[in-house]
Amino acid sequence: MLIADSIKERMNREYKVRKLKSKVMITCSFLALILALIPLFSVLIEVILRGAPVISISFLVKRIPPMGQPGGGIGPAIQGTLIIIALTSLIGVPIGVFSGIYLAEYDDNWFASMIRFISDVMTNIPSIVAGIFGWATIVLTIGWSVIAGAVALAILMIPVITRTTEEIIRMVPDEIREAALALGLPKWKVTLNIVLNNAKKGIATGVLLALARIAGETAPLLLTILGSRFWIRSLTEPATALPLIIFNFSQSPYSSVDWPRAWGATFVLILMVLVINIIVRYLTREKY
Amino acid sequence: MEELKIMTLEESMEKRKPKIKIENLNAWFGNSHILKNISLEIPEKSITAIIGPSGCGKTTLLRCLNRMHELTPNAKVSGKVIIDGENIYDNNVDPVLIRRKIGMVFQRPIPFPTMSIYDNVAIGLKLNGVKDHKTINTIVKKCLELSHLWNEVKNRLNESPLTLSGGQQQRLCIARALAVGPEILLMDEPTSALDPLATVKIEKLIRELKKDYTIVIVTHNMQQALRVSDYVAFLYLGELIEFGESKEIFSNPKHPLTKNYLHGKFS
Repeated sequence: MLIADSIKERMNREYKVRKLKSKVMITCSFLALILALIPLFSVLIEVILRGAPVISISFLVKRIPPMGQPGGGIGPAIQGTLIIIALTSLIGVPIGVFSGIYLAEYDDNWFASMIRFISDVMTNIPSIVAGIFGWATIVLTIGWSVIAGAVALAILMIPVITRTTEEIIRMVPDEIREAALALGLPKWKVTLNIVLNNAKKGIATGVLLALARIAGETAPLLLTILGSRFWIRSLTEPATALPLIIFNFSQSPYSSVDWPRAWGATFVLILMVLVINIIVRYLTREKY
Repeated sequence: MEELKIMTLEESMEKRKPKIKIENLNAWFGNSHILKNISLEIPEKSITAIIGPSGCGKTTLLRCLNRMHELTPNAKVSGKVIIDGENIYDNNVDPVLIRRKIGMVFQRPIPFPTMSIYDNVAIGLKLNGVKDHKTINTIVKKCLELSHLWNEVKNRLNESPLTLSGGQQQRLCIARALAVGPEILLMDEPTSALDPLATVKIEKLIRELKKDYTIVIVTHNMQQALRVSDYVAFLYLGELIEFGESKEIFSNPKHPLTKNYLHGKFS
């Protein structure tokens, strides 16, 4: 016999031990998952339980009342958040996506590696730094404004989108590029029509991640849009946004009047991120 | 009626004008010299098979013919490839225009996964500026008919190409290559990822296409080379060992290396 019985027996024992180990590890992973989910779900449940009852049409569309005064709503904050997200995306998405394309498809030299490195560092900068940048560049020149807020948030958004776009575009197989080039298409058309088409779902995910991150940013907004209780009439005026009023109302001493408003605003913010998510997923869904 | 003539081999070879003239072609990847001084005349409206053991430079030679070789980082080419009297490696030649004239079919079927079957064929035209829907429709239909795919896909033109079988996908890729109006088709082992039945269909298609196209095919399969090709080029370690009519080379190879390879003495 090639393998002695004693060896086979040892292999059998080894197999049983390994099976047991595997079971223990799977159980541990599962428990860790539950532990991770507990805070997540308790936050969600808390927000829904406390926030949902506050929601009403008038809460969504009415002007923000002074602290401690009953009635009113959070209309200007919803308007502010929507406008700021839109403006930030308008600045951040094209710059981020195009730099990602450049890094993935074009030059791979010291300049590209430098941009890549800086982007990596920038993804991790504290948001207050972006706020100070917005304050120093825009607020000091034109004053507290929606534009300053959008610029500060775009600083946070661009590196995230750049890096995810690059990674996703690199994942498009080279053979697809070659097949397209072999049809006599110029490189820029291949990139724009074929490569991006194959990468759009992943790029959308990157944009969503960035959007979700900036939608809840408070610190940069404190330094750039300042806060206000009124509807936004121009991009060069101070404004408010959901994270700001959540912050303000939760600091209020009139706990029975203002704290529910903070919960309501939180609920609306989470809902908004969810809706943006669904819309972008729908728009970039794969047709087949 | 055309007059039937019985021609000798030499006569039939003379009748075919060369479509592609390769002169002293050398190719490198970094420091490794892949193709060494290849000179070759590929006759028009015929099928030329490039055979040889793995790593001998077959695919590189093919990719030098539509300037795809240079897309690989560190790749270098020297020498001339003259197509219709124009050296495609001249400085003022745009590789993009060259590739419109020379279609390519790859080893694995690579349809564009995010486009419909119809768009896969139409995309070359659309992106090259053809806007008229009628023209595009006609060309798409014609190309799908040429590649014998029309009857299988005519009711599902808007479906994903990934719903097609491997053989159908490869025929779709051939249709896609034909749609931009090439005169030459380069095929890099087009059936190596396909089952025997799909292979038979593609081979039949290739033989039909030589009526209008000059076809260069790389293959590992000697039977295939014998079945489809009119001419055979045998490469060994980057050098062209023998070139001639297929029947001649398969029945009576002149060079001992060719003989050994055909008899399976090495591979």
